[in-house]
Amino acid sequence: MGLIDNINKLFDHRIRLGIMSILMVNEDVDFNRLKELLNATDGNLASHTKTLEKAEYIKIEKSFIGKKPNTRYSATKSGKLAFKKHIEALEQIIKNQN
Amino acid sequence: MEEKKYLEDISEIKNLMNRSSRFISLSGLSGILAGVYAILGAIIAYLFLLPEGDYVVLHSWNFKMLVITLVSVALLSIISAYLLTTRKAKKNNEKVWDDTTKRLLLNFLIPMVTGGIYILIKLNSQHYGLTASLMLIFYGLALVNASKYTIGNVKYLGYVQIILGLICAALPGYGLWFWILGFGVLHVIYGSLIYFKEEKA
Repeated sequence: MGLIDNINKLFDHRIRLGIMSILMVNEDVDFNRLKELLNATDGNLASHTKTLEKAEYIKIEKSFIGKKPNTRYSATKSGKLAFKKHIEALEQIIKNQN
Repeated sequence: MEEKKYLEDISEIKNLMNRSSRFISLSGLSGILAGVYAILGAIIAYLFLLPEGDYVVLHSWNFKMLVITLVSVALLSIISAYLLTTRKAKKNNEKVWDDTTKRLLLNFLIPMVTGGIYILIKLNSQHYGLTASLMLIFYGLALVNASKYTIGNVKYLGYVQIILGLICAALPGYGLWFWILGFGVLHVIYGSLIYFKEEKA
């Protein structure tokens, strides 16, 4: 039992952490923008967004702009809450070190 | 070390939050230049275009020249801002045209265009008196509105412009001076503050 228990394993990965950080401050973001900000490959990004969607931390909306498919991502309420808790846990751990 | 990784996580979170929602490459130098153009424009207006007795008649030669001076100041400022900002963005590895800058521009333009149209309507019905005040107020509102998408302290420039605009509205007859203070002097001061901060960084 310790502070480590508050760390959310789902966010313990660079890409997933990045996706959530971006979605905390942007209403919604499309696939290419995420890819560009995170320097990720298509496959890599797609698998991580799927993981987060399964946990219901993010919502995925698919639509078409003209003939081009467009996928937009946004954080759900529970996703935002979980991420806030995760950040608090990180801060607690760091504080206790000093 | 686990702790070191968590520390990195926190800074990565901060970094991505900023990078994905704020455009940080606004150039300080372009602020200084905009202020200088505004002061030069105002000097031209004061020396050559404002007739004795403070009355400018709509569609007169003087009025047209005033509008041309104003548009030139605005255009020069926009062009300098665009060129210098593009250069700085390249240095920062930031894109000039992406979701963040689009939002920045849209949020800036909504109050600006509203104010511009409002001023034109007022001018058309011979209400010149509050033009400088309205320009300052709407420009200030535009800055405050856009500041969520760029470096945070832009909003303070916006607050000061709004306050200046309101004082200007209460003191009729001093429009030109408030205009110089807001668009000229404040831009030079604010631009220099950013510029020297950039140089240090």
